[in-house]
Amino acid sequence: MSKKSFRQAINEALRQEMRRDPTVILMGEDVAGGRGGSAGIKDAWGGVLGVTKGLLEEFGDTRVLDTPITEASYIGAAAGAAVTGLRPVAELMFVDFVGCCLDQIMNQAAKFRYMFGGKARTPLVIRAMFGAGFNAAAQHSQALYPLFTHIPGLKVVIPSSPYEAKGLLISAIRDDDPVIFLENKVMYDEEEDVPDEPYAIPFGEANLTREGRDVTIVAFGRMVGLANQAADRLEKKGISCTVIDPRTTSPLDRDTILECVADTGRLVIVDESSPRCNMATDIAAIVAEEAFDTLRAPIRRVVPPHTPVPFATVLETLYLPSVDRIEAAVTATMAHRVVEKV
Amino acid sequence: MTHDITPITMPKFGLAMTEGKIAGWMVEPGAAIKTGDELVDIETSKITNAFESPVTGTLRRQVAGNGEMLPVGALIGVVADPAVPDTDIDAFITRFQADFAASSDAQSDSAPVDEPVMMTVGDHTLRVHERGEGDGTPLLLIHGFGGDLKNWMLNHAALAHGRRVIAFDLPGHGESSKDVGPGTLAFFADVTAQLLAQLKIRQAHVMGHSLGGGIALTLAHTAPHSVASLVLVAPAGLGPQINMTFINGFIEADRVRAVQDVLKYLVHDKSLIGRRMSDDVLRYKRLDGVQAALRTVADACFPGGHQGDDLRPVLAAVGVPVTVIWGREDEILPVTQADGLSTSVERHILPDIGHMPQLECADKVNGMVEDFMKSKVVAT
Repeated sequence: MSKKSFRQAINEALRQEMRRDPTVILMGEDVAGGRGGSAGIKDAWGGVLGVTKGLLEEFGDTRVLDTPITEASYIGAAAGAAVTGLRPVAELMFVDFVGCCLDQIMNQAAKFRYMFGGKARTPLVIRAMFGAGFNAAAQHSQALYPLFTHIPGLKVVIPSSPYEAKGLLISAIRDDDPVIFLENKVMYDEEEDVPDEPYAIPFGEANLTREGRDVTIVAFGRMVGLANQAADRLEKKGISCTVIDPRTTSPLDRDTILECVADTGRLVIVDESSPRCNMATDIAAIVAEEAFDTLRAPIRRVVPPHTPVPFATVLETLYLPSVDRIEAAVTATMAHRVVEKV
Repeated sequence: MTHDITPITMPKFGLAMTEGKIAGWMVEPGAAIKTGDELVDIETSKITNAFESPVTGTLRRQVAGNGEMLPVGALIGVVADPAVPDTDIDAFITRFQADFAASSDAQSDSAPVDEPVMMTVGDHTLRVHERGEGDGTPLLLIHGFGGDLKNWMLNHAALAHGRRVIAFDLPGHGESSKDVGPGTLAFFADVTAQLLAQLKIRQAHVMGHSLGGGIALTLAHTAPHSVASLVLVAPAGLGPQINMTFINGFIEADRVRAVQDVLKYLVHDKSLIGRRMSDDVLRYKRLDGVQAALRTVADACFPGGHQGDDLRPVLAAVGVPVTVIWGREDEILPVTQADGLSTSVERHILPDIGHMPQLECADKVNGMVEDFMKSKVVAT
């Protein structure tokens, strides 16, 4: 066990799975990178933010493939490789680039098992970074996980910490279905204790990072950390929160959410993706339908406005859910007075 | 406003950047600068970039010279109004540098004082946590099936007075390596003997819980000279019966709820089993190789759903003082297995306690162990 960053945890998961299973390969734009440069450097980049650095050196260029800048071709190739026996981990770099290869994901990879009557396996992982807060502007900052969650046949994973990232990525690689693995790009330097050994965290089981009496907060990815910070502050004011990290949006652990809401009677959902048809609306609908009579106050959502992610730092900061906004939402739901029916 | 002093620090251009080199100042000290003016070229492993002034004022100092390599956050220059006296600037720099050095020390200088270490013992890597010092005979703590050294969290420090007290993770458990060989009591006793040798402990009091109690007894049989006395907490080996619903459930559970359900067998007061404890167990159980290791141990030690080792003859023959501690409400190994032992064996049967007395009534158990070790030192 030692302290590892989000970046190191992901690198270690890839490395250990590539050692364990020779069918695991990497492909993507600049997963090695910088080839042909001076001084014989082979992987000057190791991914645009250094996540795959060192893997070319260990596994060679038959297993770490730099691809041309054409998402449709290499995501399609990865899906094909998966069906024919490899376990490719394809890196889409920024999730925003999915626009160029959505057919390969949505109509091909996600549908193979179903269209071939359960006879095809597609053990494909697509890694991509997402999220605002990196000052990367509107075409490189989106949080598109609702888009993937919407498509049956895909599994969608959003790790909230280095420990979670390693265990969930290992599960993703071992999974026989296409998995979209989304890394918030602001988190790469966050550190925590991560076991040196490989381990797998199962999909579809939420993690409770804390248990409280008053309010349930459901948050995704980086928002889990913010929700816990807000809960720390609220604790000092006598409001105790449960914080749920669903880990995967598909499959979604509905049971844990419903049980926690039944315990607390209040729900705040923190989701950094665009607010229409996102995870917050999805969970709000599930809770309204399944647990309406356990609610003591209206469900509140802490979400961005329905606009592109602004480039200007002050606006980008305003755009994102914050600890302050989560705290305010929890306080507001606590202030709601239950009116007894007459 | 005019008295503000603004530090210019090594910027962080990309997430991977940890340090940067001053490639060249573009502004001389004394020059007036505006927010957004290019101040200095910074070179990183990837790129050379102009760093723009975050403020308007006068560049009063270049703290770092051209060519210097500095960590992100280190002071490279100072901006302030010309009215701010030089002595204030100097004082500011001194204070900043001291704070910066202190904060980087705090990060790097976290020398583990009371932390477990990883030790190579034969073919195994074991997590070993040693506490206490003194001339007293050392005490070795051996946890049970599926446990780890944290099973002693309420006992380890409390017992570490005047002697070394060592807790460790058995092979296949905690953070130790996951190879459990044949998974037998003899195997674990052998690794334990190797550990003692490596720690240069000739003889120790050995306290074992559950399967660890069986290991302690086996050690007393195979390496009698290394055992000064035995504290057996709900030990394995004294009867055939064992709760296989717990054993199999523990091996198979991979979700919080399932783990929580099986952990409840361990204690009489079920409220002790919280989500945090289940999370900890799951973190261990998720590691590659753990499930197979536990299965190997269960098959070797509990073949056909019964304990395969009868250690009553060993206990009868053992030449050292023995105390047995058992919870009356034990749901894993029934307390009746403490019946019919030789009168020379000290027996403590604890009412309203389950399979983990060292956790459920730690103070009481610590007191018993302390008294037992003291009386035995006098007697021998």
